[in-house]
Amino acid sequence: MERQVILNSKHFELTIDRLCYQLIESHNNFENTVLIGLQPRGVNVLVRLKSKLEKILSGDVVCGSLDVTFHRDDFRRRETPLIPSITNIDFSVENKNVVLVDDVLYTGRTIRSGLDALLAFGRPAKVELLCFVDRRFKRDLPIQSDYVGITVDSLRSERVSVEWKEIEGEDKVKLYTPESNG
Amino acid sequence: MDSLSVDHLIGIKDLTENDIQLIFKTADSFKEVINRPIKKVPSLRDITIANLFFENSTRTRLSFELAEKRLSADTINFSASSSSVKKGETLIDTVNNILSMKVDMVVMRHPNPGAAKFLSENVDARIVNAGDGTHEHPTQALLDSYSIKEKLGDVRGKKVVIVGDILHSRVALSNIYCLQKLGAEVMVCGPTTLIPKYIDKLGVKVEHNLRSALEWCDVSNMLRIQLERQDIKYFPSLREYSMQFGLTKQLLDELSKEIVVMHPGPINRGVEITSDVADSKQSLILQQVENGVAIRMAVIYLLASKIKR
Repeated sequence: MERQVILNSKHFELTIDRLCYQLIESHNNFENTVLIGLQPRGVNVLVRLKSKLEKILSGDVVCGSLDVTFHRDDFRRRETPLIPSITNIDFSVENKNVVLVDDVLYTGRTIRSGLDALLAFGRPAKVELLCFVDRRFKRDLPIQSDYVGITVDSLRSERVSVEWKEIEGEDKVKLYTPESNG
Repeated sequence: MDSLSVDHLIGIKDLTENDIQLIFKTADSFKEVINRPIKKVPSLRDITIANLFFENSTRTRLSFELAEKRLSADTINFSASSSSVKKGETLIDTVNNILSMKVDMVVMRHPNPGAAKFLSENVDARIVNAGDGTHEHPTQALLDSYSIKEKLGDVRGKKVVIVGDILHSRVALSNIYCLQKLGAEVMVCGPTTLIPKYIDKLGVKVEHNLRSALEWCDVSNMLRIQLERQDIKYFPSLREYSMQFGLTKQLLDELSKEIVVMHPGPINRGVEITSDVADSKQSLILQQVENGVAIRMAVIYLLASKIKR
């Protein structure tokens, strides 16, 4: 696989900042808004957004994490079972504005499961989607993101990964392309 | 550690430590699910499960049924007292007839040891043993160890005494296997007549004095006397058994440390355990029942993930 960095750490931070200001534009002081990160890697985006938002707003932003494993549509289509992560939503989403947060939007199937899973916690007033990376092509479902960090045009054979300072050592977005056969 | 090493849950004896940890990890998530406002997930909506109970059960049957419903599986129930078994049908015939109705998984309780294994070898469905005679009761052992882990942080290194009718208890045997695989030390305690002769071969300690056993342990699991399986008298009277092996508040208070008390149910209050102990804060009895649903959801979920269409 050939690797190509499509977002370096400097731009990475700028992108997070921009997403925060876009959220503030729509949600003011987050009085009636909660952020919910999709497990496992959407939570990384959420943690970064939360700390930045709280710094800008000098107040708390209510956040939770949601695991969508049991709501996926590919259960029993894989070799090994899907093993869940932790869901932590200790508040009701009834009549709240919810922003679902994920790292990469691709087929849209994870977000579909997320919407389904979210309903177990109440009926939100409005649900929006924030994705750090939007792989524009080959969506399987009619799902679009309201807030996008970076848009990537990629082939199905390629892979996009978001890496984090806390986990991989450096903030960056990488595009993996399979080596061509000549 | 991504998949169970078995296709059926017949007994804890067949599981690896990894299997047990995988079930526990999955159960953690289901425990969160059953505490949500909407306690249901759609994972198993294309799976049909038959609950076959050839022996009486309240807790286990309800717990399995609830677990299946919370996973959105379709369920059918069968109890031997109201079925054609009374008309002389064999076990394989009964089950194959039920399977022709396109059932994917069978949860079975049966009075004969080995019934679940026999079924798993002869019919085309995933089998979950919900108790086979005096042999094993794997989901009970899993939920017991899970409850210990939840209360004490870990099972490894803990000392657990199982008190009572060890001879007739499938809960005891499954618990011994499960606790040992997770690294706990196990002791059994009861009248000589109710302790199997060669049980020390399993690597468990044997004690006939309840007070000494309780002084040794961190957790005591009190079992019911299974009068329905006792064809002869194993002890003079229930009153005498209760005086020797019944757990009272006074005995608990006299110990040098605070221990955790468990009971798989149904409780005979005043025989193996007094009411004040059963209802005390040291008792895990109701947590065990709650954890039972989460553990059974995890087992069914992990076995169902192996069903390919």
